[in-house]
This record gives sequence, C-alpha cells and structure tokens, in this order.
Amino acid sequence: MYSEVVMDHFRKPRNVGVIENPDGKGEVGNPICGDMMTIYLKIADERIDDIKFQTFGCGAAIAVSSMLTEMAKGKSIEEAKKITNSDVAAALEGLPKNKLHCSNLGADALHAAIKDYESKQSGIKTKEPKRREIHEHKDGEKCYCPYCDAELPEGTTYCKACQLNTVEDHH
Amino acid sequence: MEQVINLDHLSANPILPEVQEAMIQAMKNNYGNPSSQHKLGDSAARALENARESVARLINAKDLKEIVFTSGGTESVNHAIKGVAFARVEKGRHIVTSNIEHNAVLRSLRRLKLMDYQVTSVPVDKYGIIGADKVAEAIKPETILVTVMHSNNEIGTIEPIKEIAALCREKKVPFHTDAVDSVGVVPMDVQDLGLDLLSLSSNTFYGPAGVGALYSKKGTSIWPLLDGGVQENNKRAGAENLIGIIGLGKAAELAVREMESRKRHYLELKKTLLRELPNYIDEYIINGHPELCLPNLLSVSIKYVEGESLVLMLDDENIALSTRSACAAGALQASHVLISIGRDFADAQGTLVISFGLDNKKEDITRFLSVLREAVKTLRDISPLYPRGK
Repeated sequence: MYSEVVMDHFRKPRNVGVIENPDGKGEVGNPICGDMMTIYLKIADERIDDIKFQTFGCGAAIAVSSMLTEMAKGKSIEEAKKITNSDVAAALEGLPKNKLHCSNLGADALHAAIKDYESKQSGIKTKEPKRREIHEHKDGEKCYCPYCDAELPEGTTYCKACQLNTVEDHH
Repeated sequence: MEQVINLDHLSANPILPEVQEAMIQAMKNNYGNPSSQHKLGDSAARALENARESVARLINAKDLKEIVFTSGGTESVNHAIKGVAFARVEKGRHIVTSNIEHNAVLRSLRRLKLMDYQVTSVPVDKYGIIGADKVAEAIKPETILVTVMHSNNEIGTIEPIKEIAALCREKKVPFHTDAVDSVGVVPMDVQDLGLDLLSLSSNTFYGPAGVGALYSKKGTSIWPLLDGGVQENNKRAGAENLIGIIGLGKAAELAVREMESRKRHYLELKKTLLRELPNYIDEYIINGHPELCLPNLLSVSIKYVEGESLVLMLDDENIALSTRSACAAGALQASHVLISIGRDFADAQGTLVISFGLDNKKEDITRFLSVLREAVKTLRDISPLYPRGK
C-alpha cells in the first residue's frame, strides 16, 4: 500500500521531538480528522536551524512529518514557505489517494509554524495559535464526522448527531 | 513466508488439516453435480446432504431443508434481509436493526432504503448490548423483519438474542440473527433461541472461506436472492460449490466435537492477555462486555496512538493484527461500533482487535505484548496527544 520511501520514514522517522522555547510552533489537524501534527522551529539568520515534529496518526502522517522536516531543515524562511503538501507527497513517491487530504498536512504545519515565528518577530503580541485558526479548509473543505458525515464544529471530539440519531439518518 | 504470529483470526482462519483432507478427497473423487440423475450425481448429492446434516447438527436445526448453502456470511445476510423484505413487502416496508451491525447488514438495509423501505436502528449501551425492550418498542404494525447480530465482530459482545427472538415472536415479526462470528465458536441452538433466520460462515470455524449457510425455519416467507435452477430446495439457484460445502460440513462436525476444548483454549489465551496487559502498557480501555462476549476476541483502545501505525509496526515484527482505526479503513471512517459504545474519535483511532485461534500459544501472547510495549512507547513518544511529563 505504501511506497518504500514512506515505509522508511515511518520506520525511522527523522527529527522527532520537541524544541523547548521554539521560535515558531505550528499545529494542524485534530483527532476527528484522524491526524494531528505539531512542528517546532529554531530559526537562525532567517534560516531553519532546527526543526522537530510530533504526530498522532497513521503511517502516512508520520512519514509526511518526517519527510517535511528533512525538506525544510537548513532552508531559508522564504524557501521553506514555498514547500507544498504536494511536494512532500512527491518526495515520498506518492501517497494513497485517500490519504492525501487527511494525512498530508506537513507543509500546512510548517507554514503555521513560520507564521507563528513571524508574528513573534513583528512584535505583535499574539496568543498561542489555536488549531481552528490554522486548520484551514481550502476550496470549501470542511471537517465531517467520519461516521455520519455531519459537519463538525472545530474542536469537537465527539459527534453528537451520531449518538442521537438512527441508521435512517446515518445512511 | 516468515513465521507469523496470527492474532487476526477474524480476518482469516486457516483450514484444519482434516477439512483440507476431506476437500482434497472430494476434488479427486466427487466432482459430480448433485442435481444429475446418474451415479456421479447421486454420489455428489449424498455428500451434499451429509454436509447439510453436519451443519444442521451444529445449530440444532429441526429439518435439513432449513439449511441453505451460500457463498458465505455476506450472501446469507443479504439473502435473509432482502429475501424477507421482498417476500413480505405487501405487509409493510419497515425493518428494525441495531446500531452496531456488520456492513453486510447495514448496506443491505441501505440498499433497501433506496427502494422505499424504512429502517429503525436501536442504540446500544456502553458494552454494546442491545436492549430487547428497545427492539420491541421499535416494532410497528408494518414491521416485516427484525435483524440483530448474535455477537459483534469488533468488540465481541454477545447479544440477548433469545429475549429479542421471543419479543419478535410475540409480535409475529420474523427475526434474523447474523451469527457469523458466533456459530462454531459458541454453542448455538436455533430452536432453543427461537430463531427464524440465522447466517453463518464456514471460515469462522476453520472451514474454507467463500462458503456459508442460511438457516431459514420452515414456513418462513423468503424469496431467493439468486434465480435459476431449483437447487437448495428452490431457495438458492446455481450448482452447489460442493468442494467448499464438504469442507464446511467437515468443519461443522469438528466444531461440535471440539467446541468445549477450543473455548477453554481461547479463554486461557484471553485471560493471560488481560492479566498481563497492565504489566506492559498503561492507559487503555477494554471494549465490549466483560462476560457476555466471544471467547476468541479482545478489543482494546490504546490511548494517544493510532491503530494503523501500530499494525504496521507489529507487522514488521511478524505479528498480524487488526485495527478499527479509520485511517486503516479504505473509507477512512471511524468504527460505528466504537462510536456507538461511546468511545471518542481519538480513542477509536487507537483500537486493536485481537482474535485468537487454535494455532496460538501462550508464548505468542508474551511475544505480542513485548512488541506491543515497544511500539506503543515509540508512537507515544511521537504523539502530540500524549501528556507531557510522563
């Protein structure tokens, strides 16, 4: 199911961990979508000096995070901003189609971390970024209950619609 | 293939040597069509009826004509549900089921809904038990069928089928139970339970996959799913899969004879696993009913990790397991069973289904647990959900 490159990054993930007092931190996803990623950055001379990740998710999600950190490490901020989710998937020699939306969030997490870094630099005091501000839905994408397909408000860990309704409403 | 510890018998069971032998002999000597009116046909027909007798004995059916051979559990379920829905459409279009059925049931019902049938689905408690009273409440005058599984394939909970069947009989509604994961594993008596229809699958008790049977009590109003010849007492057209059916018959025979010893074996493994688990990992939830459950199945939700990753890591160590994580399913849907018993999405993601078989030994459990400990530790170290400072 997965390419050899994916399995290699899954088995030996690079740059796992946390950077204490990071210059930038980005979080995307939520457990409802199935995957969560956090990226930590250490910036020196406008370059990514160090990068680490934490991920809750499937084999693809872990491989994506690992590959992303390898791609971003040592790059300038401007270069790193240009990395896309598709670039990461391509570097992994492809991902199963159904993993492209939910697991391929690495670049989003990186961009969120850069945004966090830049807002800190600009001196504008921002709160710890919340997931809902970062978990963007492009092209009308939304989060849906994986069981009943009901649209889910961000931050919920439980689909109330499912519990209350019957199979008539499910399918 | 390297030696694999199989803890995923629910996905596939090996075929027992005696069953293999019976099938090989049949392939060599008994290739006739049971419908033919010559000696080859007679011999095939005898073998077919012998197998039917073994299956009837396994579930204590009264009449051999009540056993219809099918291509497996899925066909049996489809036949029971659609067959009754079509046959009884003039009486109504309403069917009652539960929230935790197998996809064969769910999707058969979904298909019927496209044909203007209505379905009421009854919720379950935190153990996955379906309340018989709730089923009774859902029955309307136009209800033509109730279908509730005997045991759940994800959490192992065994349902109060006798009670539900009695309520259905009282209201004169035919009752089907999907007993695919129960028959051959736990004692089954269709007469004592008061069933009208029951679906079973051969592979559950070490027969070949792709063969099963539908029990349909005499007098039950049901249409065939397949039209054609008059095989199977006019209930299922098409020349019988004789080799497979002979395998099913042999497996049924063995299941009757060995049921108690198999159960002891399964329970021994399950108890060992449950006892040892806390010595290897923490923060997990055992799903399903602690007593009313299949002896060969254990569902455990491990917090802060995702199941597909666990399965991949265990596979690298030659341990075969199943997960109920959405990420591992093609459709990326969280298990409706786990959601129905109240697991949240994150916990559902970290759910393993461990199913034991005759080939498992106690050492397998120890090996599994030590590999699991390492895999869980690795994944929790990566996981942003795992509380810091631990």
